[in-house]
Amino acid sequence: MRIAQNWRLKAQRYSLVGEVCGECGAKIFPPRDVCPECAKPAREPYVFSGRGEVYSYTTLYDAPAGFQQFVPYTVALVKLEEGPLIAAQLTDVDPEEVHIGMPVEMTARRLSVEGDEGLIQYGYKFRKRFWHS
Amino acid sequence: MRDDLTVRDVSIIGIGQVPVGEHWDRSLRHLAYEAILAAVRDGGIDRIDALYIGNMLSGELNSQEHLGALVADFAGLRGVEAVKVEAACGSGAAALRMGYIAVAGELADVVVVCGVEKMTDTIGDDTTSALAMAADADYEASQGLSFVAINALLMRRYLHEYGFSHSDFAHFTVNAHRNAANNPYAMFRHPVTVEAFRQARMIADPINLLDSSPICDGAAAVVLAPTAWVRGRGRRNVRIAASAIATDSVSLHDRRDPLWLDAVALSAQKAYKQAGVGPQEIDLFELHDAFTIMSALSLEASGFAPRGGGVRLAMEGDIFIGGRIPISTMGGLKARGHPVGATGIYQVVEVVAQLRGEAGANQVGDAHWGMAQNIGGSGATVITTILEGGE
Repeated sequence: MRIAQNWRLKAQRYSLVGEVCGECGAKIFPPRDVCPECAKPAREPYVFSGRGEVYSYTTLYDAPAGFQQFVPYTVALVKLEEGPLIAAQLTDVDPEEVHIGMPVEMTARRLSVEGDEGLIQYGYKFRKRFWHS
Repeated sequence: MRDDLTVRDVSIIGIGQVPVGEHWDRSLRHLAYEAILAAVRDGGIDRIDALYIGNMLSGELNSQEHLGALVADFAGLRGVEAVKVEAACGSGAAALRMGYIAVAGELADVVVVCGVEKMTDTIGDDTTSALAMAADADYEASQGLSFVAINALLMRRYLHEYGFSHSDFAHFTVNAHRNAANNPYAMFRHPVTVEAFRQARMIADPINLLDSSPICDGAAAVVLAPTAWVRGRGRRNVRIAASAIATDSVSLHDRRDPLWLDAVALSAQKAYKQAGVGPQEIDLFELHDAFTIMSALSLEASGFAPRGGGVRLAMEGDIFIGGRIPISTMGGLKARGHPVGATGIYQVVEVVAQLRGEAGANQVGDAHWGMAQNIGGSGATVITTILEGGE
């Protein structure tokens, strides 16, 4: 049960807070201390729109500990409209319907459960986007 | 690391391995000891200056860290310099790199490197979680991505971008199983058909069971010594012609182009430069076929096929023994088995056997240059080793 490790990630997990590079303007998620584009320090927070499209996806039939109760579930690399890729589960969607290029948007869901006395993690998942905005 | 220094040549003078499998009757330290003993006997040595252990998961799966001292003591080497090296599934070859640096840099003369992993003491989902530690804990594993899923994301995108179908990858598995049949140290010594590959149980689509290497136990070891010591000993000398590690982002989402394994390209280019050869000179390639998709991506970034062309080498039989670039000649990770931290040493042991002409029914004819490539994670740590067989 790692309380602080998860608490530290709350801005990312709940609101997709990344960074924008003050030098080259690159949008960065997950946040890091050095801009991957220009290698200058990156510190300015940036809230991502949560909109993107599926870059790749897979449905898991064998899950790691903590995720068995959700099997089968679909995870994706989502290409955010600001540029970065993000790894996340898809939710509220029929796995048969998922395809590369499918428009998706961020929502918040329960991620994992550590048994009766452990942590329940919440965070971003992505769902099918029904309108373009 | 500087490439412009002249260091002394290092040879592999002893090899040892235990059969890969489910060794419920043997502990991690016992497996390591057996491999070390076999390598020391093969090398005919009576002293050891240092011991490097490659291992990924002993803390998580066996509640045991501190493997350097533990294995040294158990192997009767109490007092010797000994440490564990970790780089996920690349731990074995990463430990070899440390051993190479010690001997090439003249800080030690006789070094034993042992890769060991004991994965069957835990049940399946705990092992699956442990393997996911090769990925990014905060942004990949926490989202429910298994290590298989990360490879599946790569494979799906590959099929989409280049227009292949899943069954086009079948011959990576067919080749591995056919070669393992003649390897007494391999876990799966039965052939697999294309039809069986198509029908196998899905794990994370499009990756099924027969795309994937197994969870298993194993240990392998090599003895390193200065090449100058071993010339004229009667047996074919095998020299480490190149040893190169390169890194990339641990997480897939932090890569600009996930289908191009930058660290594979970097480490292969460094290794070719050190050895003074190119991919066209390499006679066999023990690559990191943890999943069939990794074989295709490694062949491409290592210069054996153009981008999007790696899978064609399997479809057209170029990867078979007797083909243009034989891979997984003793079964590879798929069929010899993938005891993660031991794999990099098994690969090198197999290349040494090929270059000595001791590979039996799987001997690659006139093998002079052999390459091994061990990959940590989905391409974040890549160790390329080129060996040259001599007189």
